[in-house]
Amino acid sequence: MKKDFIPHLFFGIALISLVSAMLIGSIAALQYVYPSFLQESMAFYKIRPLHVTFAVSWIVLAIFGGIYYYLPRICQSSLHSNGISRIHAVLFIATGVAIVVSVALGIFGGREYMAFSPILSIPVLVGWALFGFNYFKTLYKKLEKWPVYLWMWATGIVFMLFTFTEAHLWLIPYFRNNMVRDLTVQWKSYGAMVGSWNMLIYGTAIYLMHSITKEDEMAYGAKSFSLYFLGFAALLFGWGHHTYIIPVNPWIRTVAYVISMSELIILGNIIWNWRKTVSSSLKYADLLPARFLFSADLWVFLNLVLALILSVPALNVFTHGTRITVAHAMGTTIGINSTILLASLFYVLAQKYSTLLERHCKTINRGIWVFHIALFAFCTFLILSGLERSEWLNSETTLSFRQMSMSLRPYLIGFLVSGLAIAAGILMIVMPAFKCLHCFFTSKTEVESKLSEDDALYVDGIWK
Amino acid sequence: MSLKKPVFFGLILAFGVYTLFVYTSGTTEAPDRELISKAGEEGRLLYQKYNCTACHQFYGMGGYLGPDLTNVMSTPGKGDLYVRALLKVGTDVMPNYELEDSEIDALVAYLDYVDNTGKFPEPDAQRTWYGSIKILD
Repeated sequence: MKKDFIPHLFFGIALISLVSAMLIGSIAALQYVYPSFLQESMAFYKIRPLHVTFAVSWIVLAIFGGIYYYLPRICQSSLHSNGISRIHAVLFIATGVAIVVSVALGIFGGREYMAFSPILSIPVLVGWALFGFNYFKTLYKKLEKWPVYLWMWATGIVFMLFTFTEAHLWLIPYFRNNMVRDLTVQWKSYGAMVGSWNMLIYGTAIYLMHSITKEDEMAYGAKSFSLYFLGFAALLFGWGHHTYIIPVNPWIRTVAYVISMSELIILGNIIWNWRKTVSSSLKYADLLPARFLFSADLWVFLNLVLALILSVPALNVFTHGTRITVAHAMGTTIGINSTILLASLFYVLAQKYSTLLERHCKTINRGIWVFHIALFAFCTFLILSGLERSEWLNSETTLSFRQMSMSLRPYLIGFLVSGLAIAAGILMIVMPAFKCLHCFFTSKTEVESKLSEDDALYVDGIWK
Repeated sequence: MSLKKPVFFGLILAFGVYTLFVYTSGTTEAPDRELISKAGEEGRLLYQKYNCTACHQFYGMGGYLGPDLTNVMSTPGKGDLYVRALLKVGTDVMPNYELEDSEIDALVAYLDYVDNTGKFPEPDAQRTWYGSIKILD
């Protein structure tokens, strides 16, 4: 098998998932504005889980692609088992197809975000276990001192396994027959699961920054580890802001509130270092992955401010159950996670196809601008729509749900238009990446690819 | 000596203890609350089967295309008949799932059970000086 086949395969499927998530997401946004759109064939109850499946697949598969590529280079040895990585890939692709087909056919049985039948969770769990086994066996006795990103990846893998299992505790009557416990455990697992994949993604970001800047302080410094442990504590105990409103023991609320407020330290650190961040961004502005990483920094700042607001229980009462939480979710998954993963993708592709990427630099840059401006508008419309819904929820209005929904229409139209613009921006960014991956899988060199592009412009003896 | 491993395993130990607390005494329902009935359990399975959570919420968690259903059974002007009518015919937003009468009974029993577990939005939530809330049972 070709060298680095598995990382490129994961990235390829991840990109297909990203494009599918945008396409399906656009249909979902259309259904918010025109609820009867495709109601017979592909109603919202099918479209939403499809969108979630593709979006999560993009994130998870791009994480795998990056770590499979970086790990042998960090250890300066081959992966413990290429066979296991192949089984992992086949398992995930086959399960992904099964989930998409079953959801499209309307076969459910799971919960929110994992609406598919729980039987399909088994191969997903096995895939994560295989990935974890390969990761730890590859690293075993290879390095004396682990940089912080290896800790983060290890934490992310172990806690993905735990939280994914925990998310299925509802299958046991002790949990599902008590609504308060069921909802709390469900959101405990989801909150920590997002924390786990954030560990994997932020670990990737630090690895990339370390590779670009060569500053060892970033990978081994006490401050990096302190921030890692702060993030780890948030993963373990910070999930409670999802469930403030559920009648649980008040201790759960208090612990989550205290832990969430510790993120003020991260916010303070960002503000304290803003000068350094700006000067680094200018220094490495020519590098495509660095551009994505610095834009992710901006989204980290914006989302952290919003997250801190949502984490104050007295304010959460007003934001909970509204699209303000969706704005936060979109800001993190699109603004932070996706930009870091795009940085990872382009870092890998640039090792082999830098000339090809250079040729499409203008398109990618334009795409980056369109993407960020549209995402900012997208989140703003969600927040405005959330504020209006919050007012409806928390006041003694006589407006019905239908009337309130109609009053949100202008925001939802803005949400739809900006969503389509995000999709356009991302397409401009990823089309060159698809070309690089096409070269990789067809074993074309960059020169051959350029020639075939020129052929396409030469039709019937005329240069188009 | 590096503190990384002790801190790491200390956090995991604390997490383990905390998780046990969450699974047990942290999420005990009030003793006077009704337990879920057999019909309610069937309704819960149907709620998952038809992926109702894609559009509806309990306690504000779920999709936002449709309304929150936590207290739909006890809201003045809604309740049993209203829910049954909607489940029977759907709306221009909610598809008609062509449910059997027994399925509608089960879903209504489930919504009844959910309604009994608490309130959303919580009108009696008291704000504390340090920004937290107290939910009175």
